Amino acid sequence: HLQESESENKLDGETASDSESKSDFGGSSPVATSDDTPEVLNRALSNLSSRWKNWWVRGILTLAMITFFFIIIYLGPMVLMTIVMCVQIKCFHEIITIGYNVYHSYDLPWFRTLSWYFLLCVNYFFYGETVTDYFFTLVQREEPLRILSKYHRFISFALYLTGFCMFVLSLVKKHYRLQFYMFGWTHVTLLIVVTQSHLIIHNLFEGMIWFIVPISCVICNDIMAYMFGFFFGRTPLIKLSPKKTWEGFIGGFFSTVLFGLLLSYVMSGYRCFTCPVEFNNDTNSFTVDCEPSELFQLQEYNIPVVLQSVVGWKTVRMYPFQIHSIALSTFASLIGPFGGFFASGFKRAFKIKDFANTIPGHGGIMDRFDCQYLMATFVNVYIASFIRGPNPSKLIQQFLTLRPDQQLHIFNTLKAHLVDRGILGSLEDA
Amino acid sequence: EVDLEERLRELDLRCDSDIPDVPPPTDSTPEILKRALSGLSARWKNWWIRGILSLAMISGFFLIIYLGSFMLMLLVLSIQVKCYHEIITIGYRVYHSYDLPWFRSLSWYFLLCVNYFFYGETVADYFATFVQRREQLQFLIRYHRFISFALYLTGFCMFVLSLVKKHYRLQFYMFAWTHVTLLITVTQSHLVIQNLFEGMIWFLVPISSVICNDITAYIFGFFFGRTPLIKLSPKKTWEGFIGGFFSTVVFGFIFSYFLAQHQYFVCPVEYNSETNRFVTECEPSELFQMKKYSVPPLLQAVLGWETVNMYPFQMHSFALSTFASLIGPFGGFFASGFKRAFKIKDFADTIPGHGGIMDRFDCQYLMATFVHVYITSFIRGPNPSKLLKQLLILQPEQQLSVYKTLKSHLVEKGILQPSLRG
Repeated sequence: HLQESESENKLDGETASDSESKSDFGGSSPVATSDDTPEVLNRALSNLSSRWKNWWVRGILTLAMITFFFIIIYLGPMVLMTIVMCVQIKCFHEIITIGYNVYHSYDLPWFRTLSWYFLLCVNYFFYGETVTDYFFTLVQREEPLRILSKYHRFISFALYLTGFCMFVLSLVKKHYRLQFYMFGWTHVTLLIVVTQSHLIIHNLFEGMIWFIVPISCVICNDIMAYMFGFFFGRTPLIKLSPKKTWEGFIGGFFSTVLFGLLLSYVMSGYRCFTCPVEFNNDTNSFTVDCEPSELFQLQEYNIPVVLQSVVGWKTVRMYPFQIHSIALSTFASLIGPFGGFFASGFKRAFKIKDFANTIPGHGGIMDRFDCQYLMATFVNVYIASFIRGPNPSKLIQQFLTLRPDQQLHIFNTLKAHLVDRGILGSLEDA
Repeated sequence: EVDLEERLRELDLRCDSDIPDVPPPTDSTPEILKRALSGLSARWKNWWIRGILSLAMISGFFLIIYLGSFMLMLLVLSIQVKCYHEIITIGYRVYHSYDLPWFRSLSWYFLLCVNYFFYGETVADYFATFVQRREQLQFLIRYHRFISFALYLTGFCMFVLSLVKKHYRLQFYMFAWTHVTLLITVTQSHLVIQNLFEGMIWFLVPISSVICNDITAYIFGFFFGRTPLIKLSPKKTWEGFIGGFFSTVVFGFIFSYFLAQHQYFVCPVEYNSETNRFVTECEPSELFQMKKYSVPPLLQAVLGWETVNMYPFQMHSFALSTFASLIGPFGGFFASGFKRAFKIKDFADTIPGHGGIMDRFDCQYLMATFVHVYITSFIRGPNPSKLLKQLLILQPEQQLSVYKTLKSHLVEKGILQPSLRG
């Protein structure tokens, strides 16, 4: 067989370095981005030179995506959840397709099916946990849902195990290593893509502002860094991405912080953005209605003496959330780009120009979301550490599964604590 | 054809024949054993070495059990680190990446981060009283997730900064290899420790069932083996598989019967802050109290009894042994496939006659997760002290509303008398 005899002696050191002779690895993978700009745009821009045409195509698509973003925000949490899920599936598909291309594994039996099966399992696990937390009352009412949620972990694990056993049974003699690589590739992709999307949904349920501000900051940083780099860029930032410059990086940082402050100011005024998303059992729909927490109530802050001369005010009225937005924007500008460098390195390693051709002028969905990669995790960890405590309804739910003696013990301890703090008068009842 | 050649040369591994074979493992049998067995033929010598080492490992296991929970935790941690080291070394060899800058440090750094994260969560739960007393620990616990994430991010950024032009793909492969290894070894060891804290019996019975299945399947296969089981492992046979299954179930029953009688094995491990030691003392739960079961009519004829006194735990041991015999071997097949894919005979040479630590633990791989999922789904509810800790962190208004909800619930169930001050 041709492959066996050839590769026998050849690849001893070859696997170690990226050979740079060819820029693509065969006809099956689309390396040069085929032009799938819509006809309409093509005609409208037919007069301009190629460079400006590219600029215009990117610009128009950017505006289209931002408009789309606003529309789905308007449509509400349910639509947002669905969009996040679709983006996740598309990212997974893009990365797995790259893996297939790298390893020519289209003809491996079972592998496509198994990859999608694992995606389904992991999603089932995560969304099941979310549904159990947030739709607690709905779940308790419907008998089949209650059983599914009680044994949720066991069912998810059983589903995963089935996939694992199918994988082991599908191992074929000459292709062991390939199959193990694809198995590893699938799992790392799941780890990256599915956990991120799950954390985004958690952030969303905390309040739409925790979803919108981080994502907008990353987008803003992207655009601002590009503009600053375009006009003032001189010193290269990192060898991985030769187009990035220090001027763009720093300019992007300051503009993003400013943008974050302004956007938070505007959004904190509206309940539909600041209130946690809740599921109303009676109307069977999502509601965002609540008493805004302290974070979203204007407070007076003293301006540090240093800035007083610059700004000219002694005190300023701000939302506490705006202080948090500084942390979010800082992360988006300083660490977010590392996600972009990681993706650039990945593309260079596997010799691809873009992840896919989904968006004309921009590449694939993954290309747009590479910087978002770390942001969702950061926001989730930030919220868990600095903002909210545990979820009371979840605690009540756990309490109800304890034994009576344990329940009594906890109740009495809680009561003693409340009396101690003076929150509960010792003679007060119910 | 040039096109095909170039394509194959670039991308590793259309098929498996391109990985250089690993040099045969050096013989690490101790001198003393070699001299004692010098008379025997090679085949019997191997058999004896394996046998002696098996006994040595089992004795070592009993010794550590005797020494207590803390030693067991340390043992689990050491095994985890060794397994990680073995798998990472294989990755280095496959990719010739000894000369890559930073990579060794980064791999160990990630191991440290993930362990810090997992053990931090465990410590916070189980050592709550110990932690409450110390200020610095309080701070670390409260912001634990943030600190762990920051540590991980540092490693991630170091990785990005360490990317070197000609070696991108290699570095990404090693990054992925490290993460998958972490996923496998560290999460398993963490779940093993959680099972241990539930009660030593939840640690001992699963591990022993897997070991028993290994040994009895080998013995049945040796004496009665005829029909091959799976192409991946030509030495396994259906006779061994089925014989191993029945023996393991019986072993599990009997072993659980003995262990269930001692508080030392049955009680959850708790940390006593006064004596600064682990204690296993409690009122044994219902699972470990003898009950009468009616024997189904089918078995009555066989056994001759109408009822039998058993511990409820023995029923659970039935599920555990079944999993160990039927699904556990898939972990072994996975490891066999892995070794064939990367053309290695054993993971390492740590144990003479047996190979590396990973070779011994490949079947345990799925068992720990299964036991943990089993316990959380069917046995215990949430941990009361953890629940209490979370309640105490809530905002006062939230605490008040939770208090009222709980009170009305308890009154409803009659656990609490409504009119008294309670």
